[in-house]
Amino acid sequence: MSDSHAPSALAHQFEDLQQQQESASLGMWVFLATEVMFFGGLFAGYTIYRNLYLPGFEAGSHMLNVTIGALNTAVLIGSSLTMAMAVRAAQMGKRSALVTFLVMTIILGLAFVLIKLNFEWRHDYVEGLAPGLNFTFSGAHAKSVELFFFFYFAMTGVHALHMVVGMGILAVLVVQAWRGQYGADRFNMIEGFGLYWHFVDIIWIFLFPLLYLIGGRY
Amino acid sequence: MTTAAADTENRVNYLNADYGIKSWLLTTDHKRIAILYLLSITMFFLLGGIAAVLIRIHLLEPNGAIFEPGSYNKLFSMHGIIMIFFFLIPSIPAVFGNFLVPMMIGARDLAFPKINLLSWYIYMVGGVLTLYAVIWGGVDTGWTFYTPLSTSYVNTNVLSAALGVFISGFSSILTGLNFVVTIHKMRAPGMTWFRMPLFLWAMYATSLIQILGTPVVAVTLVLVALERVFHIGIFDPAVGGDPILFQHLFWFYSHPAVYIMILPSMGVVSELIACFSKKRIFGYSFVAFSSVAIAVVSFVVWGHHMFVSGQSVYAGIVFSALSFVVAIPSAVKVFNWTATLYKGSISYQAPMLYALGFIGLFTMGGLTGLFLATLAVDTHVHDTYFVVGHFHYIMVGGAMMGYLGALHFWWPKITGRLYPDGWARLAAAIIFVGFNLTFFPQYMLGFLGMPRRYAIYPPEFQTLNVMSSAGASVLAVGYFIPLVYLLWSLKYGPVAGPNPWGAKGLEWETASPPPTENFAQIPVVTEEAYAYGAKEDHVV
Amino acid sequence: MSGHVIPKSTYFLIFGSLLALTALTTGMAFVDLGPWNTVVALVIACFKASLVLLFFMHLRWSTPLNRVVWLSALLWLVILIGLTSIDFLSRSWTPMSEGWETSALHLPAPPTDLLHWR
Repeated sequence: MSDSHAPSALAHQFEDLQQQQESASLGMWVFLATEVMFFGGLFAGYTIYRNLYLPGFEAGSHMLNVTIGALNTAVLIGSSLTMAMAVRAAQMGKRSALVTFLVMTIILGLAFVLIKLNFEWRHDYVEGLAPGLNFTFSGAHAKSVELFFFFYFAMTGVHALHMVVGMGILAVLVVQAWRGQYGADRFNMIEGFGLYWHFVDIIWIFLFPLLYLIGGRY
Repeated sequence: MTTAAADTENRVNYLNADYGIKSWLLTTDHKRIAILYLLSITMFFLLGGIAAVLIRIHLLEPNGAIFEPGSYNKLFSMHGIIMIFFFLIPSIPAVFGNFLVPMMIGARDLAFPKINLLSWYIYMVGGVLTLYAVIWGGVDTGWTFYTPLSTSYVNTNVLSAALGVFISGFSSILTGLNFVVTIHKMRAPGMTWFRMPLFLWAMYATSLIQILGTPVVAVTLVLVALERVFHIGIFDPAVGGDPILFQHLFWFYSHPAVYIMILPSMGVVSELIACFSKKRIFGYSFVAFSSVAIAVVSFVVWGHHMFVSGQSVYAGIVFSALSFVVAIPSAVKVFNWTATLYKGSISYQAPMLYALGFIGLFTMGGLTGLFLATLAVDTHVHDTYFVVGHFHYIMVGGAMMGYLGALHFWWPKITGRLYPDGWARLAAAIIFVGFNLTFFPQYMLGFLGMPRRYAIYPPEFQTLNVMSSAGASVLAVGYFIPLVYLLWSLKYGPVAGPNPWGAKGLEWETASPPPTENFAQIPVVTEEAYAYGAKEDHVV
Repeated sequence: MSGHVIPKSTYFLIFGSLLALTALTTGMAFVDLGPWNTVVALVIACFKASLVLLFFMHLRWSTPLNRVVWLSALLWLVILIGLTSIDFLSRSWTPMSEGWETSALHLPAPPTDLLHWR
């Protein structure tokens, strides 16, 4: 069922596999804490300016497409499901299921990024709502709307960057899983990456209401 | 003696276990990585030091002896950026933390050895990029990159410098991550939290700060870069942004960063005081908790850098009160070290001189910090040489002395050689005198009103400036002497043996230099930290 | 070492709940609750995040230390946003003369020939 590479599964600095697994897990959670603070700087700036310029932020938010945003949220949640299933497959030593679910995760992640790139960002750029590149909006609260769109692009951009990096790592994991490098006793990388991927999903779970639903749509 | 020396030479240790540049550049041995860091940060210290020398020469004359104001701005920016990000922040954690954390907890390596090597490479890439930025063209915003100056007004290498600092921040984060996981998960059997040497508590607390604070300055520098390129108005008041938001985000990291710079030295001082008093640290758990308390409280005081920036007075009051609170755990340490000295069996080798110097100078620097935390006083001395004196007392009189103390204490363990203690004590004394001569006049200059970061000053301040520059030349001599005898000791110094100081701690129970795997067998810990001899009355 | 294997049904249940909550938060945006729209949206987001954390990220079955790490990160985020906000929220408490914001803004115009890429 699982290739038992027990002697080489344990790195030399660890005493046993459990210490290794717990260290890998803790290491990833600590890394996620740094990511919380990294995005946190953006969330802090967003919070301050939203409080200062609510009408402009509302106006900007209303120009975003809620349907696409909600759809993309569903896509990303789906990719979290497939990632959780991938970790489960690795845990149970099921190689082909692991590969399948990893590939599905990539596909869903790619879908998210492509939807965003094509239907949102490109659309916003063409409409003249891309600060620094092509911003031509001159209605009410134009400066605040520009600030809103800066935060929109910055936050979704940094988020998308994290997804792209994630998909790159996923590709490597797919190849490694295909080659049988993971088994029931050695899947720390899969589990650790899963934590990262879910975290990126959580960021989006907050970005969606904070960017798309400001001021309601009534 | 010669036979013993030959034995030592022939024994396989981490230094001679493998040869060739590849074995060093691709090592995952935490001890070799520590040496890599030692070499790099020494280089950065020399570069930052050259900038300091040039600053002090320039300030001999009220109209500036050497530089145009624009160039002077680049000079002090270079000094600050290099010294803070590429010397002080990595110094003790990257060199002594890397070398000692696994040994002190009885482990064979850190939790993630390859990430440890990656940290060094990231640090070097960031460092080289920043050096390019500050030397070819220069940056003149100060190490603080305040907006809108940095984003909209200066035509200097802001982007490259910011990128270099951004990159090196990840080195700091990964080192902190490695230490936290290692200390939580890899302690040897019997090594409970409260049996750990206090140096480990200090490294743990420092790592907490690195993990939680550095990402914020990283994203802030990204925002500065974007603003500089796109001019959207994140921090530009002309288009609705607020430059004070930059300062909040910047100082959210940069204040805790100063504790990244001082906490490790405090950990070192605990080790030195205990060893050279041959006595358990008084109030061990108070000192341990105070490290964590400093790390935590350091995150809620950053506004004291912004009292006169336009920040609301009420926020100022809150930050002022909290800044008083953060002084308390530092004071706790000083009291406990002093109590440790009482009735100790004290010897005055060089490491101890550095530790004692630390206690005195850090206390002075810390007290002036309280003056600065007082809103009314700060209004008068903000952005003057009083601040410069304050932080140099902490950074040089404190952190640097702790670093030198660590270097002298663990040098025998790292290299297997002893240096001549007489020269070491002389250098320590010269450093102490030179330091005070350099920086005490700066308190006076600041109080009298000389602003910082100014290339010229009114003639009535010249005497104090000359005193300061004279002190700097003494200090430079003091720093040069260890360079000589430490290098000398590598070839000609007597063989050290496992425990030349008679110190307690797992690192002293293995050979000097240690074997690559640190311990032949993972030790089992049965005694408290600093179990020096005589049974004491119950110590907390 | 395989640890606790979570049944597929649990994952699907969580997935379904997350989709439902997404639909809910989108739907609620179309209901006029005034300032409470934001509160409702954030509460739902927190709930969704908790489901991901507890079940997909296994925090429910993980060591207490992992939970402490996550909660500490959240606390630090609150400190960052909270303490920064107390500045901006309390600025208006200090009375200022009329028009001080614009009167003080005699900044020279920024140079237009900046080398942005440096």
